[in-house]
Amino acid sequence: MKRQLMVFVKQVPDTKNISGEAMTPEGTVNRAALPAIFNPEDLNALELGLQLKERHNFKVTVATMGPPNAAEVLRECLYRGADEAILITDRAFAGADTLATSYALSCCVKTVGNVDLILCGRQAIDGDTAQVGPQIAEKLNIPQIAYVEEVISLSDKAVKAKRAIEGGYEILESPLPALLTVIDANEPRSASAKCIMKYKKAKTRSEIHKLMRDADYTDAQALADKENEMKAKNLWIHEWDAAKIQADVNRIGLKGSPTKVKKIENVVLKADKVVSIEPTEAGINGLIRELIEDHTLG
Amino acid sequence: MNTKGNVWIFIEQEGGKIADVSLELVCKGTELAKQLGLVSEAVILGDKLDGKFDSLFHYGCETVYQVEDKALEPFTVLPYAQALVKLLKQHKPNILMFGATLKGRELGPRVASEMMCGLTADCTDLQIDDFEDKVNKAIYKDKLMQIRPAFGGNIIATIVNTWEDPQMVTVREGVMKLTAPDTSKKGKVVKVTPELSDETKVMKVIKRVRKPKTVDLKKASIIVAGGYGVGTKENFKLIEQLAEALGGQVAASRAAVDAGWINHDYQVGQTGVTVRPKLYIACGISGSVQHVAGMNESAKIIAINNDPGAPIFSVAHYGIVGELNDVVPKLIKAFKAKV
Repeated sequence: MKRQLMVFVKQVPDTKNISGEAMTPEGTVNRAALPAIFNPEDLNALELGLQLKERHNFKVTVATMGPPNAAEVLRECLYRGADEAILITDRAFAGADTLATSYALSCCVKTVGNVDLILCGRQAIDGDTAQVGPQIAEKLNIPQIAYVEEVISLSDKAVKAKRAIEGGYEILESPLPALLTVIDANEPRSASAKCIMKYKKAKTRSEIHKLMRDADYTDAQALADKENEMKAKNLWIHEWDAAKIQADVNRIGLKGSPTKVKKIENVVLKADKVVSIEPTEAGINGLIRELIEDHTLG
Repeated sequence: MNTKGNVWIFIEQEGGKIADVSLELVCKGTELAKQLGLVSEAVILGDKLDGKFDSLFHYGCETVYQVEDKALEPFTVLPYAQALVKLLKQHKPNILMFGATLKGRELGPRVASEMMCGLTADCTDLQIDDFEDKVNKAIYKDKLMQIRPAFGGNIIATIVNTWEDPQMVTVREGVMKLTAPDTSKKGKVVKVTPELSDETKVMKVIKRVRKPKTVDLKKASIIVAGGYGVGTKENFKLIEQLAEALGGQVAASRAAVDAGWINHDYQVGQTGVTVRPKLYIACGISGSVQHVAGMNESAKIIAINNDPGAPIFSVAHYGIVGELNDVVPKLIKAFKAKV
């Protein structure tokens, strides 16, 4: 049997490139208007996973937790060379903080079974916490290496990785299984045209059912046949709920989250009275004089 | 008078030198502890730490837990997490703070997960207040309000940990102010032998390379920062010339760092350093919320940009709409003429 590694990915709102349309008239961000993208550092994690697949003949299984349309990032993974994809989706997961999220993802790893290496992006750009990776490792009681730039070597029993530390780098060796969080230190490959042709048809159960409902085709046997056909063609994206991963309902979603959000405030850049200085010699001399007089300069 | 544990600060050290952020947190922790009728206590892990941490008392700690084992030097996450979790279970602190450094952000989540505690990352402010959970109809007294930017810095969220203590946070470097140290102040040292299990010693550090930081932006009183609007690496020399003329320090926005004009040590903003100098001159910086979060507490801000609609003007005290190649030499000339 092939050795297996898992990559966790996330679909996130594009918080870094906020265009005019995503701003409200009050100068705050309209979150609903932001496009959904593949979390950037998760692409780095996927790239590392795919490199290890090429070097060591791993099977690469990708997984994401999110709403049904998060299947899109899983297809993006298949386009780049991932072998199998799992969408972890259930209303019961909603409102999860990092503790509840990492618990659910650790249940997914256990359900998959026989995973040698887990890769995550360091952090997602919507929350920027960098907590879920280390917390999955703790839940599975395995070592973690955070901020990985590259894997130096990988044997049956151990991984040696270069990772960032304050003001430099470190080479760490850890026994397997282990979890690595990956930073923006490789060049993620683009989707391959051949894989797009094949995997654009890859679907989750909900997506298949929706397609068939739209075609007015709801016979149970027909649905089952279609599912089997997709599985046989390797176009099946697993769709797992809380029961499938045997998650304790008290430890997921809002219920499993110790942190509560008390309030959210939009950042509005304060519009204080800015003194306009003419870009002329006189204007600039005046500014410098003022700054020297109030002891800011000199 | 209370049954609560105290306010704890995880002290980060490298070769026995305590990180600046840890001292900042001791100051903030001491302030919060006073509000709660508690005291601040520090926990420092490593090997051969005797005499390395008197400053923790000077900034307000009453107690230092000195945890020593060969496996705790240099830092690796598994023995650190185990040693810390043992102490937390024994002493049940009310609050536990880490610096939001690479180490703090690697260790904090692992510890929180094992303790089944909430953890709020990258806080920029901490306050004490009551919290009413309207959904579950519960009122929590004297909780730690954990205030942090989220959503790429576009929102500020206040988060509360409603489960058992400790209430855990990582806090950004440079946002909490150092108070004046009292060098006569002393405190109690509690030596701890962590009795680490073999399972925590499975990771090996094969090689470790550290270069001292080339610059300390936090200590600069005048900062001249360049952004994407500077245009070229060649043009970035203008920024250096202005900084040199004013006796200031060069810095940059993320866009200028990403463009390769200057290295990351010089980056101001959410993924760089937070600064509050006497004077901050933003040259060709548009003023994204991520950048502004790292500099908007500067005493005086001058923005120079050729786009009058750039958001940087809304946080600036002085705005100059013009070309850098024109304005910067004029600034240098004017300053040289006056001094």
